[in-house]
This record gives sequence, C-alpha cells and structure tokens, in this order.
Amino acid sequence: MNEILGLSAAELAKKIRGKELSSAEVTAAFLDHTTACEPGIHAFVTRLAEDALQQAAVVDGKIKRGESVGALAGVPIAVKDNIMVAGARTTCSSKILENYIAPYDAHIITRLRAADAVFVGKTNLDEFAMGSSTENSAFGVTRNPWNREYIPGGSSGGSAAAVAARMAPLAIGSDTGGSIRQPAACCGVVGFKPTYGRVSRYGLVAFASSLDQIGPFSTTVEDTALLLSAIAGHDAGDSTSVNAPVPDYQAGLSRSIKGLKIGLPKEYFIAGVDREVDTAVKNAIEVFRKLGAEVREISLPHTAYAVAVYYILAPSEASANLARYDGVKYGFRAACDNLLEEYENTRGEGFGGEVKRRIMLGTYALSSGYYDAYYGKAQKVRTLVKQDFDRAFAEVDLIVTPTAPTTAFKIGEKSADPLQMYLSDIFTISCNLAGIPGISMPCGFSGNGLPIGMQMMAAPFAEETILRAGYQYQQQTAWHTKRPPLS
Amino acid sequence: MEITVKEVDYVARLARLKLSGQEKDVFAGQMASILGYIGQLNTLDTTVVTPTSHALNVSNVMRDDVVRSTDLRQREQLLDNAPERDGDFFRVKKVIE
Repeated sequence: MNEILGLSAAELAKKIRGKELSSAEVTAAFLDHTTACEPGIHAFVTRLAEDALQQAAVVDGKIKRGESVGALAGVPIAVKDNIMVAGARTTCSSKILENYIAPYDAHIITRLRAADAVFVGKTNLDEFAMGSSTENSAFGVTRNPWNREYIPGGSSGGSAAAVAARMAPLAIGSDTGGSIRQPAACCGVVGFKPTYGRVSRYGLVAFASSLDQIGPFSTTVEDTALLLSAIAGHDAGDSTSVNAPVPDYQAGLSRSIKGLKIGLPKEYFIAGVDREVDTAVKNAIEVFRKLGAEVREISLPHTAYAVAVYYILAPSEASANLARYDGVKYGFRAACDNLLEEYENTRGEGFGGEVKRRIMLGTYALSSGYYDAYYGKAQKVRTLVKQDFDRAFAEVDLIVTPTAPTTAFKIGEKSADPLQMYLSDIFTISCNLAGIPGISMPCGFSGNGLPIGMQMMAAPFAEETILRAGYQYQQQTAWHTKRPPLS
Repeated sequence: MEITVKEVDYVARLARLKLSGQEKDVFAGQMASILGYIGQLNTLDTTVVTPTSHALNVSNVMRDDVVRSTDLRQREQLLDNAPERDGDFFRVKKVIE
C-alpha cells in the first residue's frame, strides 16, 4: 500500500503545507486506490476525480506562491450524498433525486472550501438517511471493508467504509439516530455527532429536523478535532445553528484526564449485548481508569423507551420534510393525466420501501385522532430521556457505552424485519433525542474479525471532553491503526 | 394492535403515496408490529411532563427581511432541475378545473 494512504489528515496537511508532498500526488494516491478497491466495496454514488485533481492543483499553486492556506490544505475528503456540493449530483441514494444537481454549496462545504480541502466524491447512504445498513440505497449496497458479506452500518455507510478502506482520510456524514456512530463502529473508524446546533445543516437534505446533525469521520481523534474545527460554528442560514464561540478543539487534546468522572449507565450493559462487545468496552474503561479517570455506575432509566420515541418523532418529521418531493420543482416525475395521480405516482415510484414505510408511519402518527396518542406522547417521553442525561451530567463528565449491542450483521440478515433493524440503533438514539454530542471509536475486534465500537457522550457543547478522552485513549491503544485487508 | 388495509389506504392518500396491493398488505402488518412496540410508551405516566420539540433552548430566531443578491447562474440551475421547464416557469398540470 502506498505510504501516503497510511497518513492521517493532520499529517497529510502538515506535509502538504511543508511542501514535502503535493496535494496533487496525495489526491492521486487516494483516487487510484479508490479505483482499485471501489468495485468490491461501493462506497461512492458519484466520484469527483477530475474536480478533485483541479482543486489539488489550485492548492499546490497557492502553496508554491507562498500564499496562506487553510487547515485542511490539499487533504482529500468524501461527502455523504445528502449534502450539497455545488455542480455535483446530490441523490440521497434515491431514485427521486437521481438526476438532481446541487445549485449551491452546503454551509459546511463553503467552510471546507475555505479550509482548502479537496472533495473526492459523494458517498452512498440508506435512501434519505433512513436505515442502519446502507442496504436501502437505490444504487446498491455498500460492503463492509473488513468482510464484504457484512453491512458497513448506516445510514452513512459509504462515508465510514471510504475512511476504513483508505479511499479518503476524512469523510462527512449525518446522524439522526446513530447514522454516523453506528457505521463508524461497524467499520472500525472514528465517527462523531456534535451537539445539536453546533454545525449548520444549511444544504443538508432534511430528514428529521429536530434530530439531524452533521459530523466527521476519520481514523484518529486528532483528525476528528481538526475537521470539527473546520465545520463548527454559527451560520445565519440555519436558524437552529447556535451562536456560541467554537473552541480550538485540537489545543486541549493532550490535557490529562486525571480526575475525569466517567459514568457507565447500567441500562447499556445488559444481557442483549454481545459478550465480546461488552468485554471490549470494559477493557477500554480500564484504560481510562489507568489514566486517572474516576469510573462509577449511573442510571439512565428511560433508555428502553428511546427507540419507541424515535420511531414516532423521526418518521413524523420525515413525512413533513419529504412532502416537498412532488415532481414539480425538481426530481423525478411520473407523468399522469391529472395532478393528484401525478403526485401519488411520482412518490410511489420515486421512493423506496423504507422511505415509504416511514412516511406512512409518520403520516399515521400525525393524522387526526392519533396526534396526541403518538406524537404528543413521544414528545413528552423525549423530555424524560433528556432529563435522564441532565441528571447524569450533574454527576459525571462523560458517559461510556457500547455503540451498538453487536458488531456488523450480514447483508440481508435484517432487511425483512424493519423492527429488528430499528432496534440496532438502541444505544445511539438517546443521544439525538437529548441533542448531546457523541462519538464512536474503535476499541477491539470480535472473534470473526469485525470491529467493535465504544460510544462516549457528554453534556451539550462539551465536545472537548469527548475529544480529549478519545485522544488520550488512542495514545494508549492501537485499535485505530488497524486496517482491513485491501486489494 | 391491528392496522387494516382500509386504514393503510386512507393514510397513503393523506401522504400522496401510490402503493401496490402487495405493499399495502406488507405495510399493514409491519405498521401494526411497529406501533405495537411503540405502545410501551403508554406504560409511562406523562400527565405533568412538558413536551420537547427540539433539544435547544432557542426559539423564534429572527432576522431582518432583506433581499440578498441572486446569482443568475444559480437561478438557471434551480430552474434546470425541474422535470418540465417553460422559460422561467415550472410547468405543472392544471390545478383548477
């Protein structure tokens, strides 16, 4: 393997800025490697090889002329295909947007351009980010680089697989109920969902607006900090974006975690968790203990209700957000004799099964006579879930859990039973309901060679605490340096 | 919990979704199973709980009502994404008979 592919984004940026490497050779190395391994993995919906090489040449020119460059100067990055990159297709892995060309950049893309990053492609996802396996893509499943019979997780499965297979050192995903953290766990990379409001969603195709958040994928926590610094901050284009100062996430990484209070919620260490997953997470906790953290058991009593709350709220919001796909202003249209039929056929033919199922669930929950019993009730239980975390963070600084109860499952294993699929997000959903930041990072492997993920959550806007603990953990362990066999 | 095909039909019409006969049957069973699972929320007493609509303590974000410059190229791209374009208009079926 080309040694460039083994470098972290921070190392690449430093070498490119220091003229040890050019962005052109770095970008070409990742693009060539992608050409070789993409057919077996299918991480991308659209590759942007030509554009990427042009951007790389521009960055190299700036450096050559001694002009100042951004923090990600010349570093390749892959972007989930529900985020708009002007001039490129944004399909959301849906037939209904198959030929949609983004007319403008998402706010984070504008920020990444300012940081001089290089966009190598748009990654595959479960259609409209609805799913936990990337099997719901209209353009084919993404395969787990560690074992191609297995799912890469979802919905940001393409982004996670791209980073795991070193098709890009960095990627962007979105997380509504675990869609960054669960694929990160399945693929053995770092995936981070920031606090709700920390990163602007302007230009992210909306799924469930009270839950959606954009975040980074990488292999090291240092790279997570680097990328988060580049995309976090207020944007008037997203009214839910919070106007609070953005700390220098890299600056605090090396500070000791001695005295850090870590809580282990007993509701996450239960019989339904694979023994290997449980052991790997407990081993990781021992590492924190040795670093001087104080570990104690805590309780988040409403954990068991989170999936039920989510599968009312997210489909309800989705049914409203997806009403815009009516075949009028953009997207697929099924031509019919009258307007009503045209709407119904456009949506019936344009959306895949999971998207239709969620629109149906959401429409049912919001329909006359059921609103209070379902939507109203779920909003109230959401309050209880959030209060669990408020109480916990009065006691501890960080909560550590498994990211998912099992490692990746086989392609096809859960596709016939939506409820079983929904339950694979049992440990990641609460974090979105409460709006708090959460990370998944590799902490071991199962006997059959699949990565295991550990989740860490902190209070709103305490991203620094998570990143510091994660960075300290990676200084003591080597799980994040393991790479899948690549051909 | 039971969902009839008639209820599926009604919801599909509200959602403007054309479903095949097979889809209706499958969704009826799956929605019943998912809503049955969701029924566990009713074991919690929430009479004094305030609902949460989103996680932030932010509401009514206001801005000045000003026109920002429109990029003509972007305007063209927006119109070009339409399934049927007629000059500067989107072509649609007649709405009022």
